[in-house]
Amino acid sequence: MDAVYSIIPAGVLSQVFVGLSRTTILFIVASGLTLILGVLRIPNVAHGSLYMIGAFTAFTVTKLSGGGSAGFWMALVIAPLAVALISLIAERGMFQFLYEREHLMLLLLTFALSLVFGDLVKLVWGGEYKSVPVPHIFQGFVPLFGGLPFPRYNLFLLFAGPVVAILLWLLTNKTKMGKIARAAAVDREMVGAVGINVSRVFATVFVIGCYLAGLGGVLVAPTVSVTLGMDHNLIIEAFLIVIMGGLGNIWGALLGALIFGLTQSLGILIWPKFGIIFPYLAVVVVLLFRPTGLLKSTW
Amino acid sequence: MSRKTLLALGAGIAVLLLFPLFLPRFYVYLVSIILLYGLLATSLNLVLGYGGIFQFHHAVFYGVGAYGTTLMLTKTGLPAMLAFIAGPLVSAAFGLVLGIICIRLSKLYFGMLQISLGSLVWAIVYRWYSFTGGDDGIHGIPMPEMLSSPKSAYYFTLIITLVSLFIMWKVIRSPFGSVLQGIRDNPVRSEMIGINVRRHQLLALVLAGFFAGVAGSLFVVVDNTVFPDMLFWTLSLEIVIMCLLGGWFTFLGPMLGAAVIVALRTFVSTYTDYWALVLGIIMMLVIFFLPSGILGYVEEKFKRGFIEPEIEEQ
Repeated sequence: MDAVYSIIPAGVLSQVFVGLSRTTILFIVASGLTLILGVLRIPNVAHGSLYMIGAFTAFTVTKLSGGGSAGFWMALVIAPLAVALISLIAERGMFQFLYEREHLMLLLLTFALSLVFGDLVKLVWGGEYKSVPVPHIFQGFVPLFGGLPFPRYNLFLLFAGPVVAILLWLLTNKTKMGKIARAAAVDREMVGAVGINVSRVFATVFVIGCYLAGLGGVLVAPTVSVTLGMDHNLIIEAFLIVIMGGLGNIWGALLGALIFGLTQSLGILIWPKFGIIFPYLAVVVVLLFRPTGLLKSTW
Repeated sequence: MSRKTLLALGAGIAVLLLFPLFLPRFYVYLVSIILLYGLLATSLNLVLGYGGIFQFHHAVFYGVGAYGTTLMLTKTGLPAMLAFIAGPLVSAAFGLVLGIICIRLSKLYFGMLQISLGSLVWAIVYRWYSFTGGDDGIHGIPMPEMLSSPKSAYYFTLIITLVSLFIMWKVIRSPFGSVLQGIRDNPVRSEMIGINVRRHQLLALVLAGFFAGVAGSLFVVVDNTVFPDMLFWTLSLEIVIMCLLGGWFTFLGPMLGAAVIVALRTFVSTYTDYWALVLGIIMMLVIFFLPSGILGYVEEKFKRGFIEPEIEEQ
């Protein structure tokens, strides 16, 4: 491993790993966003709020179960489902009535939902910072590359990302539901014409996408302080990732998340105060050369 | 314009000119704010309603205009009037830069990228303590003598708003405005008949940025403060709702929407902190029950009843 150090300084290497763990979260959330974009063609602005609700629900679940490791695993199951339920209610109660109307109205409805969800979270959980404990088996550090300490939990995240990616790939390519959804993304009228209930397909895709937002929220909860405003930051990042990768393309979301996570974590090394501008620069550069994103958009 | 509308307009302006003589200071301030928000919403509507461009982060240009004016006033010794011109010009330049980056993309892409890049501007203003005052903003901005009282600030706001509205109305009525609406309705066909779609849209974005900057400068005159929330995304949504609520296919709709929203916000915030919740619910109600806005609805009703006279006029 000395050879690695002679090329890359330890600080840079550890930032790369920090960036990669961030990439996992970003990918999980952005893949949900891009799934909804690809099939329903709405940039779900409320996606960030659902992510925040996922994180806050994880806080409540772990707290209610006594703050132990089991609480986290329970949260990992319950919170995304709770978010999925909320999204199902929103979809059946509101969205489905707008599919036939002007497209912009759907988009504006997600705006409205993001405002409402944001304030509801404030109403239910209050404005203070919350923290979710790291589950017991992931506490502490593992030495990487000859002694560089790396949080175990982040290692867990690094495994979680590819697992989600593979599951999503299986879902969209190997199941009947996924195939119908992909067909609906290309030509929804034709899918309706052959006798498939498009509205139900939309609902399913929407709920799965929102489930992923909730999952991202739970996974991020132990690594950050759970707070109001985390929705806004994330939705912006997810938007940029999806734009970079190509709207509706799940592998594009992975690639975009990778670029975003790495430029963000390495940018902080270069310019601590304004490190946030580097991912944006990356997006602008990508769009200069490929205005429709790096990978093929489903649009 | 018919004689009736001209009369109504004249009466409205007369009321706006005279009412500060009779009502207390708070209302003078409130109406000033309504006017400048109305100007802001109208400038958004220029690109959103008439141009069909998804400009979802319009508040950036408002904030940049306000900060431009403020920084000129506080950091340089140049004459104040120059600062009031500089702010909107900086906004217009921002409109040009963001426009050039985003305009090549299709509608939704444009909206998403615009939200994202706008948020970057907000983040920079928020963090750059030494230059913009960070999250505290800048307070007690010195005003020239003639604008220091609330009444004079009100009249200044009123005059500038009316002039700006008039210019925007002329722009919409001009050949350029017609082309813009043509592009909104059918971009492909417009391109076919030899219109440079992007250049027209870009010019519209610059104009919208400029007038948003004017609104920002007016806020500095009325309130003597700037703060990063002026560029925050929630405000952009508020402006979109103003357009939607008032009726975004009508010229004065956004102004009406601004009046309703600003008055409601002032009223609601005395009772609760949950303004965003109220705003979201209003937005949902409008989307479901009043999609063409108040003025749009009135116009529909009006047209249904009086179709014959209108044909006779032509």
